Amino acid sequence: MFGDYSIGDLGSIFVMQGFAGLILFSVYVLMALGLAIIFGQMGVINMAHGEFMILGAYVTWMTSNFFQSYLPSLFSGYFFLAMILAFLASGALGMLVEWVLIRHLYKRPLDTLLATWGLSLMLQQAYRSIFGAREVGVELPQWMLGSLHVTDSIEVPINGVFVMGLTVLITIGVAYIMFRSRWGRQVRAVVQNRIMAGAVGINTAKVDRYTFALGCGIAGVAGSAFTMIGSTGPTSGQLYIVDTFLVVVFGGAASLLGTIASAFSISQTQSTLEFFMSGSMAKVLTLLAVVGILMLRPQGLFALKVRK
Amino acid sequence: MSDEANKGLLSPLRRKLLMGMAAVPAVTMLPRASFAQAPATSAVNTTGLAVTDTEVTVGILHSATGTMAISETGSIEAEKLAIEQINAAGGVLGRKIKFIQEDGASDWPTFAEKAKKLLVNDKVAAIMGCWTSASRKAVLPVMEQYNGMLYYPTFYEGLEQSKNVIYTGQEATQQILAGLNWIAKEKGAKSFFFIGSDYIWPRTSNKIARKHVENVLKGKVVGEEYYALGSTQFNSVINKIKLTKPDVIFTDVVGGSNVAFYKQLKAAGIDLSKQPLLTISVTEDEIDGIGGENIAGAYACMKYFQSLDNPNNKAFVPAFKKAWGEKTVIGDVTQAAYLGPWLWKLTVEKAGSFDVDKIAAASPGVEFKGAPEGYVRIHENHHLWSKTRVGRAKLDGQFELIYETADLVEPDPFPKGYQ
Repeated sequence: MFGDYSIGDLGSIFVMQGFAGLILFSVYVLMALGLAIIFGQMGVINMAHGEFMILGAYVTWMTSNFFQSYLPSLFSGYFFLAMILAFLASGALGMLVEWVLIRHLYKRPLDTLLATWGLSLMLQQAYRSIFGAREVGVELPQWMLGSLHVTDSIEVPINGVFVMGLTVLITIGVAYIMFRSRWGRQVRAVVQNRIMAGAVGINTAKVDRYTFALGCGIAGVAGSAFTMIGSTGPTSGQLYIVDTFLVVVFGGAASLLGTIASAFSISQTQSTLEFFMSGSMAKVLTLLAVVGILMLRPQGLFALKVRK
Repeated sequence: MSDEANKGLLSPLRRKLLMGMAAVPAVTMLPRASFAQAPATSAVNTTGLAVTDTEVTVGILHSATGTMAISETGSIEAEKLAIEQINAAGGVLGRKIKFIQEDGASDWPTFAEKAKKLLVNDKVAAIMGCWTSASRKAVLPVMEQYNGMLYYPTFYEGLEQSKNVIYTGQEATQQILAGLNWIAKEKGAKSFFFIGSDYIWPRTSNKIARKHVENVLKGKVVGEEYYALGSTQFNSVINKIKLTKPDVIFTDVVGGSNVAFYKQLKAAGIDLSKQPLLTISVTEDEIDGIGGENIAGAYACMKYFQSLDNPNNKAFVPAFKKAWGEKTVIGDVTQAAYLGPWLWKLTVEKAGSFDVDKIAAASPGVEFKGAPEGYVRIHENHHLWSKTRVGRAKLDGQFELIYETADLVEPDPFPKGYQ
């Protein structure tokens, strides 16, 4: 299939395809991080993850409208504020949901699946009633559109670079919180042995609430960032949920490193295959490979050894 | 639920409509049925439909909830507007139209069940409804079994024809061929790259488009790609487009994927004012979500654009905005949905009866001169004769009309040589 093209053409396409893979990798990590925290640390299967993302997207849309109407001079920087607001909004909703719904179900993990699925339907209909059934278009500042012109034939999408940068920052942030901070130690202590953690004076209920809120908040930031590459509508969250679970389960539920490794392998496989065959075929083969590997290694790529 | 919803909508809507009615010449141009001449119910309704001396009931069956609500909301709005306007102009055979709205909830078995409810329990005289082909295919056996009449608004893949359905949207050849001819002539296009969502409509449409490109235009299809519904990552296929450098990108990507595709195309540095792109799946409704700046310059092949400059449309657009809000946009399918109640009314008056068999028989040849798209006529095969138009997307989310066929294009749901 490459006979007709010059070496230069092919070279630049492969460079751009490499970037496409890296962008897909960042997107996967960003959307899976929040879920990995909640699923990995708390064992809660949050089916409403996509809806928390879309809440972030709607917050971004509202912020953009606000800046356009009242502060047009600062419009070029609104996106940073929007991401912070998205984090706070999704995090606050997460905290509320944990308090109302999730905390009653910790002993019944499978029921959380059903409860959060119901929650996702309720949130979808809420978005539809509040923001309308149609998709909304989030206007971006000019500097975030278009591409970086590297050479005549190599162009790198700016929004992709932005998502990559954001993913790196958030991953480092999460790793720091989990493995270096006092609060992170408490979270890990609760995961390993809830009763003992309580006995040494950790307020486990509070740790749970903040962990859930953190996961939801990160989902909100991801949703905010994805307004650059995807759609914002009441059911847009559903577009991400399957891939998100795929990444988390394949990586091994309780492992941050596993999530990253799994996002990397899935995204690279998919983007390479997509280039050589059609999109749907590539997806089928990727999923088959994942199924195959999970049959051999049901615990996922990386699994923490936890005393059961 | 439906009756309450109707009442809530009717009164404010009717007031607004009556206020705006003076500005609707399209309506006043039409023959008015006066109440004094209303024929006896026993004469116009021999099959036990929900027709009284003063009222006739029709059904509206779309998804008001679920994924498809994004698309179907416009159709519901258009059908309600048409019914209001018909009532304000005197109704049908002297009877006011009352409607019962059911929610298909983006779920195909639900559509079939609700269609059966409308036909069997409510005895509606006609149903305006369905949007996706999947929902139409689910409803079709119900329509045929209980002898109902469905007015279906969406452009679709063709390969279907039924006594019990009037297709007010375009079938595939009506939508595609004239657009391909135009772009081949205007841009000297020889090579085409097809990209679509992976289901029946894009696949059938692209099959027809491929035959046309290869056999009639003597061009070449350099790529044909499908992505699962809901895909949000298109960077790989965009690289393939960059590598193959097609003269034209031909797309039928739908739903949320659409937004992702155009945003990523723009981000990858493909400038649609220099790289011709022809889409058959983006209307003003979709641009709302995509954002005008991401798609400006692209060509869309449709039969209606909100910006059309004709007297009917100049009355229709303000009436629609008055009823549903200043920011509402009107896409191709919304206009086609608006045709449904009008065509039904005109057919009932031609047949002089509400009976489904008589309406099915009287449909061919019915013409609607007040159509916002200009003029339409029903063909023997129950599809519409209508023009094909090409528009170019502008930054503000509207299309600028670039080309329209000189004559009405004949609907051909079973095209020879294209299968």
